Amino acid sequence: MYDYSDFDTAFVRNRAAEFRAQVARRLDGSLSEDEFRPLRLMNGLYLQLHAYMLRIAIPYGTLDPTKLRQLAMIAERWDKGYGHFTTRQNIQFNWPKLSDVPDMIDALADVGMHAVQTSGNTIRNVTADHFAGAAADEVEDPRPTAELIRQWSTDHPEFQFLPRKFKIGVTGSAHDRAVTRSHDIGLRILRGGDRQTGYEVTVGGGLGRTPMVGQVIRPFLAKDDLLAYLEAILATYNRMGRRDNKYKARVKITVFENGMEAFRDAVEAEFDHFRREYSGATRRGLARIEPFFAPPTFRDAPEDSYLAARKADPVFRAWSDTNLAAHRAPGHAIVTVSLKAHGQTPGDATAAQMRLLADLAETYSHGELRISHEQNVVLPHVRKADLSALHAALKTEGLATANIGLVSDIIACPGMDYCALATARSIPVAQEIATHFRDLGLEAEIGALKIKISGCINACGHHHVGHIGILGLDRAGVENYQITLGGDHTETMTVGERAGPGFAYDEIVPAIERLLRAYLGLRSGREESFLDAYRRLGAGPFKAALYPAEAARDAA
Amino acid sequence: MSRRFTPKIVTANALVEGDVVYLTADDRWSRHHAEAELIEDEAHGQIRLIHAEAQQALVVGACLAEARPGPNGPEPVHFRDAFRARGPSNYPHGKQAAGIRETGNV
Ligand code: SF4
Repeated sequence: MYDYSDFDTAFVRNRAAEFRAQVARRLDGSLSEDEFRPLRLMNGLYLQLHAYMLRIAIPYGTLDPTKLRQLAMIAERWDKGYGHFTTRQNIQFNWPKLSDVPDMIDALADVGMHAVQTSGNTIRNVTADHFAGAAADEVEDPRPTAELIRQWSTDHPEFQFLPRKFKIGVTGSAHDRAVTRSHDIGLRILRGGDRQTGYEVTVGGGLGRTPMVGQVIRPFLAKDDLLAYLEAILATYNRMGRRDNKYKARVKITVFENGMEAFRDAVEAEFDHFRREYSGATRRGLARIEPFFAPPTFRDAPEDSYLAARKADPVFRAWSDTNLAAHRAPGHAIVTVSLKAHGQTPGDATAAQMRLLADLAETYSHGELRISHEQNVVLPHVRKADLSALHAALKTEGLATANIGLVSDIIACPGMDYCALATARSIPVAQEIATHFRDLGLEAEIGALKIKISGCINACGHHHVGHIGILGLDRAGVENYQITLGGDHTETMTVGERAGPGFAYDEIVPAIERLLRAYLGLRSGREESFLDAYRRLGAGPFKAALYPAEAARDAA
Repeated sequence: MSRRFTPKIVTANALVEGDVVYLTADDRWSRHHAEAELIEDEAHGQIRLIHAEAQQALVVGACLAEARPGPNGPEPVHFRDAFRARGPSNYPHGKQAAGIRETGNV
């Protein structure tokens, strides 16, 4: 875990003091809302449907117990006792009072956190693989790179007024769990011919109104060149990106309109220049940061007790079947704690749950926690011998749901229950799908499935890359839900295909049931996932299940 | 032919709490949709909106929203305004927690 330097601390404290003064001037009437709005957005403070919302960055999804306990304290003291984890590895508080926000920001600064650049046309919170530093398939921990990018991009004077927001995601594994291809810049650490690690750089990914898969701009970038190359891309985008039309302002459109060749040439020209300017800076930066992320000492322990518990307790067995991932150290596992208990709001955690997770991280996971873009919490380093005790402890706060990667492990954005931009609700759709399939008893049978729900075209809920995507729209004053099929968020990122006309609020769960029952009938066997079956068979049979009347008419 | 003016109310968010508020006929900001002034005339609506926008010390984001008359006062037309008048659907927070009988001004 990176600890703030004196420089970081001074910066965050100064920003907190500056914002406190700005809030005071808004409250005493010296600032109008037009003047104040950009200032509050620079500090992550939005106004939503029912209240303000404070969005706090969790850089690359990494938390320690001290930080998580402070978030629990903030939730209880100034909010309604819970927080919402988002697909961008941020946490949002939905009910702060404007007059309390300066105190909340001070409390964040006390533990080395802030809400800077969680809004606005700047480089946003840098995200990373939530299994970073633990995954068995990892080439290298992406967090030192992500932390270096956080330091470089925070308050970067050139990039405070970009044409549009800018997101960077980093992974250290070939299997992409961080959806890097949907980022403005995606970085994947890989080994070059000389065994040295470097980056594959993609640019121009994005979801939203015009979903695009990031394209490779550099198959291999030497590590030492990272900051110079990022600066070159950002400078090129800052110059070439459109400012005349908000919907054409993201770098994906800049790349698309100019063509990758022209964009790459412009980046290379800038790179030539920045490379000299940045000489050695990346290397020095990484050397300074890497020790903070030194792996803990893993002590292997016999797995007998784990295997015995699996045999003895079917509930534990079901949980360990779904919620564990392969760790690089023998005798260890990565635990994903589900924030998707059936019927609960995806990504929400109460203060009591946060405190328990902080305690459990201390006891069982070398004091480390991660927030995943899938809105779950990860305990990255748990000894298998401790899993049974951990599972028992998780049960005490309703955190032992065994559903990771299943139909109820749904990504859902806040939608029209909170978000001012929403065109329909997402949360209750997720809640109803989860409880419906639990009640049908079909969850285990259906197996691996990613359902992702957004409450508007902005796609914060990643619906384009869900195996099943659901997009909530407003059709003539009524909530309407459009289904996309066959999306994929991994290294083989694919934007899902629209299935057809949308469904009314009370038709969407039955539609998903028809779709999944069709899948169960069509699959070649249990090992063929929904996505695999869709890829093998194409959209036809799934559309027929969604629209039986049309299918019958066509057949007649 | 110009389109007929559909009745409106003036709504905003309270500056400090962010809670949804409605402009009443007697120039208060009420937390209750039913207490809003139902505006049936376009020109009057513009005047009320300008009046609301000037109250920067109390409210943020004043705007007109469609409404229709109901037995207890104006009712929301669009589902978004219905949610604003009630609160989120996943927790009993917001206005629904305060209870509809409570009256309170900004
Ligand atoms: S997708 Fe739309 S509704 Fe959902 S959080 Fe993003 S902007 Fe709001």
